[in-house]
Amino acid sequence: MTLEQRLLRLEAIVAELEGQHLDLETALARFEEGVACLREAAVALAAAELHVTKLSEAADGTFVLEDFDADDA
Amino acid sequence: MTPRSSRTTNDSSTLFDLDAPRITSLIDEVGETFPGASPRSALAVSTLTQTAKDIVEGAFVPLWVRGEISDFKSHRNGHWYFCLRDRAAQMRCVVWSRDQGALPAAPDDGMQVAAFGQLGVYAARGEMRFTVTRMEADGDGLRQKALEATRKRLAADGLLDAARKREIPRHPRRIAFVTSSSGAALHDVVAVLRRRAPAVELIVVHAAVQGDTAPRELCAALARVARWGGAELVIIGRGGGSREDLWAFNDERVARALAACPVPTISAVGHEIDMSLCDLVADLRAPTPSAAAEAAVMSRAETALEFAGLGRRMTDAVKTRLRDARSRVLQDSRRMSAAVQVRVVQNRHRMSAAAGRLNALSPLAILQRGYGVARDAEGHTLASASDFTPNEAFVLQLRDGAVDAVSRAVRLREAASQ
Repeated sequence: MTLEQRLLRLEAIVAELEGQHLDLETALARFEEGVACLREAAVALAAAELHVTKLSEAADGTFVLEDFDADDA
Repeated sequence: MTPRSSRTTNDSSTLFDLDAPRITSLIDEVGETFPGASPRSALAVSTLTQTAKDIVEGAFVPLWVRGEISDFKSHRNGHWYFCLRDRAAQMRCVVWSRDQGALPAAPDDGMQVAAFGQLGVYAARGEMRFTVTRMEADGDGLRQKALEATRKRLAADGLLDAARKREIPRHPRRIAFVTSSSGAALHDVVAVLRRRAPAVELIVVHAAVQGDTAPRELCAALARVARWGGAELVIIGRGGGSREDLWAFNDERVARALAACPVPTISAVGHEIDMSLCDLVADLRAPTPSAAAEAAVMSRAETALEFAGLGRRMTDAVKTRLRDARSRVLQDSRRMSAAVQVRVVQNRHRMSAAAGRLNALSPLAILQRGYGVARDAEGHTLASASDFTPNEAFVLQLRDGAVDAVSRAVRLREAASQ
């Protein structure tokens, strides 16, 4: 899951929990899922590093992402 | 003989002591031999104009000329005709249709321009004519005019509508940057992204960002990004430069290609004050490439805060849920015991009421109050005078015992009153 997807999932969980429509058991299950989501996001954030590539298109229409040394730019 | 030729003859004779008549006959010979020297060797008009053309075009290299436009006419044949004039002179000019693409727009009468072209002669009219291939108006008038015309076309197609603007994704994972892979803009964007250090992949999609090929390359790069389909956000831009340098971002084709981009776009062209058509068409306009990078991603700290906020809300919601559940259980049990108590009291009331009513209805209670009940030998209650016959034995039941009795006479109330 991307950070954005995790954020969206968390937002959905919070909305469900705040909406009070869930039975308690489901609410607790959602909470557990939310906590796992938070934990994964924290790990992903800590590890995040910018990755720069360059898009090129081969003659046959396929795309290639080559690593790009941005420091040369 | 004219005074001029006689003087020539005199001069020649003094210098070289030549035979005057012989000179005259030589001159006649030259007149016969060289075109235009005598009526008999008179030139054709076309010959002269062609010669003039050759001479003029040979004498002047292509150059810039300054003047005011007048009598501009876009002819049916596709060519533009006008005069370039100043206070003292004017010159007829033409822009062939094939050269018009090099001019930002057609000039208007009254515009002060510098025109680049070749001076020549238009033989059919016997006129001097300046063939223009490039033009710049004072105050960038031609570009402004072209820009405004393009802006109107884009607006007419709804491409500048605020309603078209898409939201920029808050956490794009893959950002395509359409720019020169050797430009300052890329360097700036990479620096900002690296500092903010989000979980981002920046995909450089190279295009020339200035020069004649720039519009075509920018369009091609945008089309490549669209075909690839891997980007969640597209930034297009370049660093600052002269108006000329930034002009590709005012190209109608580029603006339309940007508008057609399937994912949200940020435009970042030049410096803060530079506003391009791409800026108007993009979903977000950033004043500089660095600002575009800032707008494109949240910093790690911001993202962490956002997660923390959601975590807090989630915890709060769960706590509330648990508290609610606990208090509901408590409330339910309280309500249940209260209900039971009410029922007990109600039942007690109902029972005593029923007992009271039962008591009131009991014949014994009536006897207690001093009444008696007459019954015949079979035990049937004799409740009415008509139940009796004279000399009939009956039993009178009272509260403390019974009396055996005999009726003497029966007096019905109706009979008595009659």
